[in-house]
Amino acid sequence: MEKQTGVQELDEVAVRFSGDSGDGMQLTGTLFADASALFGNDVSTFPDYPAEIRAPQGTIGGVSGFQVHIGSKKVNTPGDYCDVLVAMNPAALKANIKWVKKGGMVIADADQFNEKGYQRAGYKTLDAVTELNLQDYKVIMAPITTLTKESLKDSGLDNKSIVRSKNMFALGMVYYIFDRPMNFTETYFETKFKKKPEIIEANKKVLQDGYNYAANIQAIPNTYSIKPSKILPKGKYRTVSGNTATAWGLIAAAEKAGLPLFCGSYPITPATDILAELSKRKDLGVKTLQAEDEIAGICTAIGASFAGNFAVTSTSGPGLSLKSEALGLAVMTELPLVVVDVQRGGPSTGLPTKTEQADLMQALWGRNGEAPVVVISATSPSNCFDAAFNAGKIAMEHMTPVILLTDGFIANGSEPWLIPNMKEYPKINPPLVEEGTQGYMPYARDDKRLARGWALPGKKGLTHRVGGLEKDFLKGSLSHDPINHQRMVDIRAAKVERVREFIPEQKVIGDSEGDLLVIGWGGTYGHLLDAVTDLREKGKSVSLCHFSYINPLPKNTRDILSRYKKLVVCELNMGQFANYLRMNFQEFNYLQFNKVQGLPFTVVELVEKFNQLLEGK
Amino acid sequence: MEEQYLNYTPQDFKSDQEVRWCPGCGDHAILSAVQKALPEVSKELKYNIERYVFVSGIGCSSRFPYYVNTYGFHGIHGRASAIATGVKVANPTLSVWQITGDGDALAIGGNHFIHAIRRNIDVNILLFNNQIYGLTKGQYSPTSPLGKITKTSPFGTVEHPFRPGELVIGAQGKFFARTLDVDVKLTSEIMVEAAKHDGTSVVEILQNCVIFNDGAYDFISSKETRDDRVIVLHHGEKMVFGKNRDKGLVLSGLSLKVVTIGQGGFTMDDILVHDAYNPNPGVHMMLANMEFPEYPIALGVIRNVKDSTYDDNVRDQVLEVMKDAKIKCVDDLLNSGETWEVK
Repeated sequence: MEKQTGVQELDEVAVRFSGDSGDGMQLTGTLFADASALFGNDVSTFPDYPAEIRAPQGTIGGVSGFQVHIGSKKVNTPGDYCDVLVAMNPAALKANIKWVKKGGMVIADADQFNEKGYQRAGYKTLDAVTELNLQDYKVIMAPITTLTKESLKDSGLDNKSIVRSKNMFALGMVYYIFDRPMNFTETYFETKFKKKPEIIEANKKVLQDGYNYAANIQAIPNTYSIKPSKILPKGKYRTVSGNTATAWGLIAAAEKAGLPLFCGSYPITPATDILAELSKRKDLGVKTLQAEDEIAGICTAIGASFAGNFAVTSTSGPGLSLKSEALGLAVMTELPLVVVDVQRGGPSTGLPTKTEQADLMQALWGRNGEAPVVVISATSPSNCFDAAFNAGKIAMEHMTPVILLTDGFIANGSEPWLIPNMKEYPKINPPLVEEGTQGYMPYARDDKRLARGWALPGKKGLTHRVGGLEKDFLKGSLSHDPINHQRMVDIRAAKVERVREFIPEQKVIGDSEGDLLVIGWGGTYGHLLDAVTDLREKGKSVSLCHFSYINPLPKNTRDILSRYKKLVVCELNMGQFANYLRMNFQEFNYLQFNKVQGLPFTVVELVEKFNQLLEGK
Repeated sequence: MEEQYLNYTPQDFKSDQEVRWCPGCGDHAILSAVQKALPEVSKELKYNIERYVFVSGIGCSSRFPYYVNTYGFHGIHGRASAIATGVKVANPTLSVWQITGDGDALAIGGNHFIHAIRRNIDVNILLFNNQIYGLTKGQYSPTSPLGKITKTSPFGTVEHPFRPGELVIGAQGKFFARTLDVDVKLTSEIMVEAAKHDGTSVVEILQNCVIFNDGAYDFISSKETRDDRVIVLHHGEKMVFGKNRDKGLVLSGLSLKVVTIGQGGFTMDDILVHDAYNPNPGVHMMLANMEFPEYPIALGVIRNVKDSTYDDNVRDQVLEVMKDAKIKCVDDLLNSGETWEVK
């Protein structure tokens, strides 16, 4: 088969796959992303799917999307807008056209654009192009369903299985347009359907037929090439999602501490994949307990921590609410514990599949009494590994609960990751008490970290009792003494404060002083970095200060904040981190840029906002 | 040194903490029974003192761990089963005991309680049932009888109580026993049986709250009437009771029936033999649900059935997977699956 015309080279491109939630768009997008990563591009992905597993077919509510941003340059976000939209039905087109760049390409399954399809998607007319004003877009209406049926008519598969393969036809078309090698995807079929050779063959054929179809129609004059990235550091790479990286970071911490990993969790979107990934890792001795509820998740973890495992629990906002009381117990008993909160839209059940950063205050303060915990956040899918590792290190070495905040966007998103070598990670040294230690006192502390010793049941000569009632300063026995209570409240706070001495200083990307400092935390890093980079390339005095460590804040925070004319705190909530900074550093004026739509920032809106601020508006 | 377990006395299990239950509270007797049982358990199972962990929730009974000189964890309200589960899974060599009350286990902690039992985690659960909330000063509990007048039910409760045995067996419990606080000897014997049982053992201890529900069990605890109103079950023995050992239980249709041996044509041969090991829960459920005055109250080990335990299953599965695993360390994991080189 001959390619019709030349190949145009691009630095980057974003493709969005969309269809019914049963159309397999998440898989299609993932295959495209993986093929591109293996080809050598930098990649960032963004799954955008509904809470319903199968909403009514063909409706807007049931549209599932997956955006993939690939580049020969560094790619920090999944892209605000896409260059190509694949829409498997009228609803997908209607729901996603707002995410397509003006003049971009739309590939749609013409077979679904019938009266029924239009009606279900709530169109007023039977002409999508006119109704959605698509005259300026390159719209390719391809009879994807018909062609898939034709392609597989001799496959021996039943009609349902044949129609289900139409996503691979669409993927084949996209592979042609972006000049992707298909061997990675073919290998995927071979592994995935090892026991069903007929399915392997059918998928390969549909993929190839989609590719050939795109090559043959006149509607696609150009193909595009995105060369392998040259700026990625040398080494061995893999693709990783935030949730997988989180799970692996926790396992790494357990390995470096020489302790078994225990995870007690209750399934909750979008955190469930952490529990699922850990459940797979019995090969590394990981024990997982799918608890009867969120409370049992954290309480089994606290029990496991008391007995000497590195214990974790994973959840999302509503689950963190349920864990509040038990978190207080972990504060009181001063046991190591990592709680991962993959934030989603709230309050209440909120927007389970959408991203938000509105659990910060809950993480910092959401407990009865004076109950400080360490709070840290992860900035990107692959950064979840280091963040989870650090959470584990702090929890175990400082004998404290640590809340790790990720969010739905980085948890489900994925990117290529330069595989680290565990030799480069520090050993974790929990303050385990030696068997038979003379004069052991449960609440005696080391001077450096103020951490109490971790004396494990089963060890001779260390029997002791812990619990939720206030403890004597040294012996750990019950104490209602007023002065003792004050001392204990003070020391628990001081212990968390002391963590500051063990975390890295805060870094600034850009200049050490200037007109505008953009401040962010957690999963907004990629978008903020792109926006700031964009403005800096235009000569603007803008820098980025993006926080991973939230409680305690790094030592040099005040110093950084004092060096810029304007500070703007950008977050996907109503201003929780801004208020936290106000509380800690009252002398500065904080501007805010907030968004609570269940969506990440777009680079475009950030750049616009920063420009306004720079112009003094 | 290693054989300490041979030589413990009850004194070894007493902590230096002052016991703060009300004078006359049934908990004192239970504490003695446990401290009496533990040297026996240690000897039989070869456990040194450091292997014991006592976990509790909230309530009067939940102060218990402070009074036993072992490892202890005083948890939060209702969550003792979950905490105990975590302890046991983390280190299956420990002997884990949960101390809980009717409010802690059956109201706020009902969910964890039934799921611990369903999983058959190897924890010994001592359920102190005084049919009242003591620590909050006298509100009705999930086991208070219908119509019970308390601070929060001044006109009598309008809700049906749980029968703990029924709940335990309904949750697929494999071990259920019942005892009475004042019978230290029986309680102590049952503790040993509970400890020896591999899996969740629930021991319901009928316990008197001297302040807020005094006399709830007088009808069976007084010496004069006890023998006629309770039946102490022993596996393999006839279900006979009464001062003169002349009463017994027979099966009549699908129900149990109390008969007098030698009357109505019933002889000793007709009396049922207690089979605690029978996996079929039918008779166990009927025994656990017997209520006075129609029946005697059943004490002793009512159900004691072997099955695989959660903690063993977790350990075995991990070992099984590890045996042939290709991934042996985190570096292996990170480098598994699709990878590529950037040169």
